[in-house]
Amino acid sequence: MSNTPEQPAALDRRTVLRRAAAVGMLATPAIGLLSACATSGSDKENEQVAGGTKSEKNPLGVKEDAPIEVIIFNGGYGEKYATDVHEPLYKTAFPKSEVKHQATQAVSTVLQPRFAGGNPPEFVNNSGEKFLDFGALVNDGQLQDLTELWDAPSVDDPSKKVRDTVIPGVVEQGMFNTADGGRKPFVLYYVSTVYGIWYSGKLFKDNGWTAPTTWEQFKALCEQIKAKGITPYGYAGSNAAYYQWNVILTQAAKIGGTDVLKNIDNLEDGAWKQDAVKQAAEAWAEIGAKYSDKSFEGLKHTDVQLRQNQGKLAFYPSGDWLENEQKKDTPAGFTYQLMPVPGLTASDKLPATAIRAAGGEGYFVSSKSKNPRGGMEYMRQMLSKAGARGFTETVGAATVVPAGSEGFQFPPGVASAQAALKAAGKDVFNMLFDNWYKELDTEARTATNELMFGRINADAFVERIQKRADAIKKDSSVTKFKR
Amino acid sequence: MRHGKYPFVIGFLIAPVALYVTFVIWPYAQAFWISMTNWRGLSAPQFVGFDNYRRLLDDGAFWKAVQHHGVLLLALPLITIAIALFFAFQLNVGGKSSGGQRQGVWGAKFYRVVFFFPQVLAVAIIAVLFQMVYRPNESGLINGVLMKFGLDPVLFLVKPNLALWSIIAVLVWQAVGFYVVLFSAGMASIPGEIYEAAEMDGASKVTLFFRVTLPLLWDTLQVAWVYLGIAAFDCFAIVAVLSVDGGGPDGATTVLAMEIYRNAFVYSKYGYASAMGVALFFLTITFAALTLRLTKRESVEY
Repeated sequence: MSNTPEQPAALDRRTVLRRAAAVGMLATPAIGLLSACATSGSDKENEQVAGGTKSEKNPLGVKEDAPIEVIIFNGGYGEKYATDVHEPLYKTAFPKSEVKHQATQAVSTVLQPRFAGGNPPEFVNNSGEKFLDFGALVNDGQLQDLTELWDAPSVDDPSKKVRDTVIPGVVEQGMFNTADGGRKPFVLYYVSTVYGIWYSGKLFKDNGWTAPTTWEQFKALCEQIKAKGITPYGYAGSNAAYYQWNVILTQAAKIGGTDVLKNIDNLEDGAWKQDAVKQAAEAWAEIGAKYSDKSFEGLKHTDVQLRQNQGKLAFYPSGDWLENEQKKDTPAGFTYQLMPVPGLTASDKLPATAIRAAGGEGYFVSSKSKNPRGGMEYMRQMLSKAGARGFTETVGAATVVPAGSEGFQFPPGVASAQAALKAAGKDVFNMLFDNWYKELDTEARTATNELMFGRINADAFVERIQKRADAIKKDSSVTKFKR
Repeated sequence: MRHGKYPFVIGFLIAPVALYVTFVIWPYAQAFWISMTNWRGLSAPQFVGFDNYRRLLDDGAFWKAVQHHGVLLLALPLITIAIALFFAFQLNVGGKSSGGQRQGVWGAKFYRVVFFFPQVLAVAIIAVLFQMVYRPNESGLINGVLMKFGLDPVLFLVKPNLALWSIIAVLVWQAVGFYVVLFSAGMASIPGEIYEAAEMDGASKVTLFFRVTLPLLWDTLQVAWVYLGIAAFDCFAIVAVLSVDGGGPDGATTVLAMEIYRNAFVYSKYGYASAMGVALFFLTITFAALTLRLTKRESVEY
């Protein structure tokens, strides 16, 4: 999922080297170099291990001594939760099996050749800036149908199916259309992610400000913040413009109801030109023009987040991984707080408390790996109470398994996000187009920068994204999804 | 001896040729094939004929990139060669002449090393360095100074009409050192007597440069031009690391390699990306052939 945290500074030494390596390959159309072994090997089927004996402890019939390979995206959540919690859980359940662990910051770079070569790893945390396109994976039949996992008895209570231990909507979110017209669950979204606008509880308390709920209050507060010499609102244009289209579309959903987003996801004609989208774009363009800083367009998300930690920026849009991501830079007493994106008018279709929340951080099992049942069992262990709890304790974020977070003392930011999620009640929504059509995500990012930094207006904004959406709709090589 | 010659030669050649064919020629050939498929990187590709090329024709990003290559193709060699020639001239013949031998300016040996520094750094590292240099706020190297003086920061990489030039500046900065060395070597092989004779005839430094150095350096210049032209078709690392939003703002700095990268590794459209790669391939060779043809002139024997 592209809305998941990226590793801070996005450019450590390794990435640099890897990019340098990519240069070598791309300087000339030597792209074929990659594919040299790729296309030729893709027809070979991996030899899969036989199933083990099904039992109460082993409902998926995993072969007890078959190894599994686990690939973890080493980003905002790190890799410790896998090495310290989930992998030991699997080892305990199957002591004879070997768990091979690999962490990476560029999932597609590492895995694309593996898939093309026909020996994909069993279990993949497909996330970060370079995640593999889920649509393409589904299209090629690379993903294991997880129906069996969801219907298997859960680890803690065999009378309960795994699907009943997670929050509603999670199974649905991971469902994709298949080539034969069906719809199957292929992806496990594991982390409960709440999106909103973040501020420092301390800064607001010290200045006697309160989180606004209406658009008028929001603008009035921005005015006050500006008068104090603090930048009221900002996001990083250099690499995190999607944090901002998320805000615009969230407000659009509030104005016009959740169907606005459904239309966008389903590539309906004129979906981006809906009034709600245009109004929200107009409203935020004004914020960009009056209450933001032009230099933010040239900054990376870590730079802007740091400015907020330093008290130079008041509001920053993000998901609830932010607090964990900024742990090292956050001064004591900063107290991250989340507020829902404010609505626009009194006649909005959704209440001010409505919020975007979803399962974040996608995991899948490769159907063509040697031991796909082992991969599914690994997921079952992740979804156990101990697995979820361990994850929450390691990274400080809630999972989609409510039993795992029960009674856990979350840090203030995540706690405020969980409270906001509770307050939203049934008015929780999500959008999926960026996962389904990465080209549309790219276009939305570019257009958002153009809009927020004052180079185009709301009409041109919706116009150009609509144009790209139409092009994708017409493109027969792109698999279409519906919800 | 005679009948043993061919096995001997073949024995030497077979390994390198096999390696070259497997790892260079064959992938190139495959890129052509993949460009005619809708391959998405995972399962077997399907043949779609010239669909990808047809799509290229109305791809705005592709044409933007081509346009940028046009700008780069003019600006990068011109600026780099001009600066490098100037430096090389100063370092080799710009100073006083002593004992009939032309010398460089004072401290030439030191400068020669300094100019070469950027060449030693990896391109990606240079891009990261320049992120700091160009940073649009008070922590940027340039803007930090400007803001100290109460001036508005210059948004180098953000202003659409400034961004590409900011990137060209980095490319030039990085390339100059190498060409200074290349031209210095060329100049060193120009016999001192020619300079001496010209000087006796009362030629000024400017005349020396244009009438002696430049014509005798023509072959080297031609090589430099082709190298820099090919470099202008790449620029991927600098653009990918330095520009905002990957070739942004709104494609203002994008290059073909960036678009290939995006289509292949972000959108998983390997077929389409290969079509771009093939287009880039033809652009590059056309350029190299044209340059060699156009700059063909009789070289001066000395």
